[in-house]
Amino acid sequence: MDWSQSLRLIAPEETLTIAGLVLLLVAAWAGDKAARAITWVAVAALAGAAAFVVPALCSGATGPDTVAFLGQYRADAFASFAKLLIYGAAGASLLIAPVFFQRYQAYRAEYPVLILFAALGMGMMVSAGDLITLYIGLELNSLAAYVLAAFLRADDRSAEAGLKYFVLGALASGILLFGMSLTYGFTGTTSFEGIRAALDGDLATGALFGIVFMLAGLAFKISAVPFHMWTPDVYEGAPTPVTTFFATAPKVAALTLTMRVALDAFGGQADAWRQIVIFVALASIVVGALGAIGQSNIKRLMAYSSINNVGFMLIGLASATHSGASAMLVYLAIYVAMSLGGFVGVLMLKREDGEQVEAISDISGLSSTRPGLAAALAMIMFSLAGIPPLFGFWGKFVVFQAAVQADLIALAAIGIAASVIGAFYYIKIVKIMYFDEPADVVKGRSDWIHQGLLCLTALFISPLGYFLTIWLGGLADTAANSLFPAI
Amino acid sequence: MADFPILSLMLAVPLVAALICLFVEAKGARTIALAATLVDFALGVLLWANYDIGGAQWQFTERVELFAGFSYALGIDGIALMLIMLSVFLMPICIGASWKSVDNRVGEYMGSFLLMETLMIGVFTAQDLFLFYIFFEAGLIPMYLIIGIWGGAERIYASYKFFLYTLLGSVLMLIAMLWMVNEAGTTTIPVLMAYDFPPGAQTWLWLAFFASFAVKMPMWPVHTWLPDAHVQAPTAGSIILAGVLLKMGGYGFIRFSLPMFPEASLEFAWLIFVLAMVAVVYTSLVALVQHDMKKLIAYSSVAHMGIVTIGLFAFNVQGIEGSMLVMLSHGLVSGALFLSVGVIYDRLHTREIDRYGGLSINMPKYSLFFMLFTMASVGLPGTSGFVGEFLSLAGIYQVSTWVTLVAATGIILGAAYMLYLYRRVIFGEQKNEDAAKMPDLDLREWLMMGPIALAVLWMGVYPESFLAPMRADIAALDARVARVKPEGDSLLKLAEPAIEGEATESDDHGEEPAHGGAH
Repeated sequence: MDWSQSLRLIAPEETLTIAGLVLLLVAAWAGDKAARAITWVAVAALAGAAAFVVPALCSGATGPDTVAFLGQYRADAFASFAKLLIYGAAGASLLIAPVFFQRYQAYRAEYPVLILFAALGMGMMVSAGDLITLYIGLELNSLAAYVLAAFLRADDRSAEAGLKYFVLGALASGILLFGMSLTYGFTGTTSFEGIRAALDGDLATGALFGIVFMLAGLAFKISAVPFHMWTPDVYEGAPTPVTTFFATAPKVAALTLTMRVALDAFGGQADAWRQIVIFVALASIVVGALGAIGQSNIKRLMAYSSINNVGFMLIGLASATHSGASAMLVYLAIYVAMSLGGFVGVLMLKREDGEQVEAISDISGLSSTRPGLAAALAMIMFSLAGIPPLFGFWGKFVVFQAAVQADLIALAAIGIAASVIGAFYYIKIVKIMYFDEPADVVKGRSDWIHQGLLCLTALFISPLGYFLTIWLGGLADTAANSLFPAI
Repeated sequence: MADFPILSLMLAVPLVAALICLFVEAKGARTIALAATLVDFALGVLLWANYDIGGAQWQFTERVELFAGFSYALGIDGIALMLIMLSVFLMPICIGASWKSVDNRVGEYMGSFLLMETLMIGVFTAQDLFLFYIFFEAGLIPMYLIIGIWGGAERIYASYKFFLYTLLGSVLMLIAMLWMVNEAGTTTIPVLMAYDFPPGAQTWLWLAFFASFAVKMPMWPVHTWLPDAHVQAPTAGSIILAGVLLKMGGYGFIRFSLPMFPEASLEFAWLIFVLAMVAVVYTSLVALVQHDMKKLIAYSSVAHMGIVTIGLFAFNVQGIEGSMLVMLSHGLVSGALFLSVGVIYDRLHTREIDRYGGLSINMPKYSLFFMLFTMASVGLPGTSGFVGEFLSLAGIYQVSTWVTLVAATGIILGAAYMLYLYRRVIFGEQKNEDAAKMPDLDLREWLMMGPIALAVLWMGVYPESFLAPMRADIAALDARVARVKPEGDSLLKLAEPAIEGEATESDDHGEEPAHGGAH
């Protein structure tokens, strides 16, 4: 084993670790006065880490050269693609936070540090080549996330969100660990490569149980039905920048991790887990769509929307093919932009005194009072509903294309028909903003960071996004190649 | 001319104008919208003038590989040309119809309409399956906003219904398209039109496309979104809905269902016939008892579209040519009728038939125009309605006399409800004082009604101008479906007349002089 090689491969993790530890010390001595400066340094650290992963993605790194620490860790193109999305989403969650917390006099220097550690954990999740790395990354991310959810100490809802997330997250970790131990017991190894080789041929019932329990644990992390119950409560209770973070970065990490586990470790047994994934996908689409209809809080609605979107992405996983994996990555990239834009838009809904507006009824008639913001939100809603020519359609398109190519036509037909249910609540938001009389509640102004991020994401999901399809599809294909070395 | 991307320009002009409209004041937006639609109309005329009748099947083709998975491919044949002409002809009239009646959020309104124009032209020019789908679906967004923001009292219900109905119809089509592309390995529509899908799969594909086009068309029993949407939409919205959007359903049958799935089309022809016959008779009867003028015209649209679908599935040249002409004619006439309703609605702000009466006394010029459009809707010889309906029925007669019999009652019923409407609104006593005080047409309304009236008469007197560009394409479609052509029941008597019948079929334009004689 070549230590220097391994240490070079984990450069992004090293950057984040060192930055996180140093900033923690700075925070301890300089106190909360330095919080803003620490935020900017943390963003710079994320950008630096991102710069380290770009070459691996562009060169399509795969194979033994990308394996560090005896197969524990992989710095391949697939991990790099996911890391770019994670670091980008984490950076955005940092940028939008100070203004929000300032209002509650609650911006503390721990916030950027916790985000950095969470990003570090997520980086390890997506790079995991072994069950142990997987679990450590997952827990590092989760522990940081539990604290972040409860970050507004004075707010009961935030504390409740943190506690709920912690209890249910611990339960899910337990389920996952149980599955991992079964898998280890029946395969005799914790490395993905070894598991794949050991599971070749007939599947033992115990190993099947291992697969089921591991997928159940992961389904909790990606908030797929039937393990989605925590999502609306946590999304609603957590401070909005933290919700933004939850809806984007950990989603990417958990989904790509699920892909790696399903397609790599259990790749030879796709027929064993396909029906589970199909059920989870369809259930997520339907429950996400139906659950959102009755919501009166926009953050809860976005939570159901994310459940719904995860369902669509899992359709790509169910196909268990290269094009399915590539389609999921494309969808993830678009989904991150849509969620980011959606939550930044929600953050910009403020009363005159700066108080956040979360009730859907309060944004009625927004298009006459704040036309730009309303137009951006309407675009995001239509895009989430998957109506062309907005870019959200493209994500659904590639996923369904992969499903049809894999001969899962019934799944594709049911899934797309269920998307019409989802369209109902998205267009309801548009109706409230455009057709109803102005409630004239949203009057507060936002700073340039929010406006810039909203413009950027809105441009990305606008029809202009289609000009990126060749580039994005190419990158996703390269990344997916790492999961399917044969191709 | 050959290399000049005129189709892209026609797409770009309204799109750019739409973006500008969002940022300017009401007056500026109106002017820009009118200018942009007139420029597009001029481009359309240029397109028609340069269209080489008898030349290549696909002309003005453009292809750029801009996207992953599908390409930016444009091109038109005669059928698409005529539908594009209909769109660009109606658009300036729509802008004119909303010149005064829309006074809130004018910029967004004009922007939505211009975007709609881009998307409509896009649907008819797209030569790539997925590009077609994107244009086809994207129309939901502006139309949803137009109905929802500027519509009548029940606008929200109507806009939801419109959006969800049409969306549900078309998502299954997307899955079918993905399957087709996977099977045939290409996204190019002309190639797919010649591809023979296995008959077993055709059944499913046909049904998926049918779900979309039947809703768009609309066919009974999925037509219920249409009366709501038409009644609640502003006048210009109704014109576009009836004039162009409904034609997308018929265009879809011509472009996709018939040439791509001929076997399945024959298999399901009975379904089309049954649904269309019910539509013709039932919606005509419903139209007869309406109190709301717009609703009456909306139901008459369903009946007319029933005749279109019957003609399309006659599998012969007369039927398809007739259907195309009915579509063009209906686009003009129903647009004109909605405009006529809009003219008096702007004055009295009600669509109740009972609130009017005796308008021939105070609005004689209006009454004249309204009469012309009523007659065209009824299908009086000399107007555009006659030619198309006659050809469609002649086409279907070769297949089934019974279907012809039922469909033809639609024309009688059509005369009944239209004449009844005309009598109640225009003739009789002037029972309402406010209606009796309404002024006659002003210059703006003249400029909108005049061109449509001319076009209606032109199509009625000399339909050859409109049939000539489409002839070769319809013949090609006829040749494509020739292998499944059904045995007609009207040719069963003797062997001798059967041969004669076939002779007239191959000499498919023998009836032209007869129409010339009709005026």
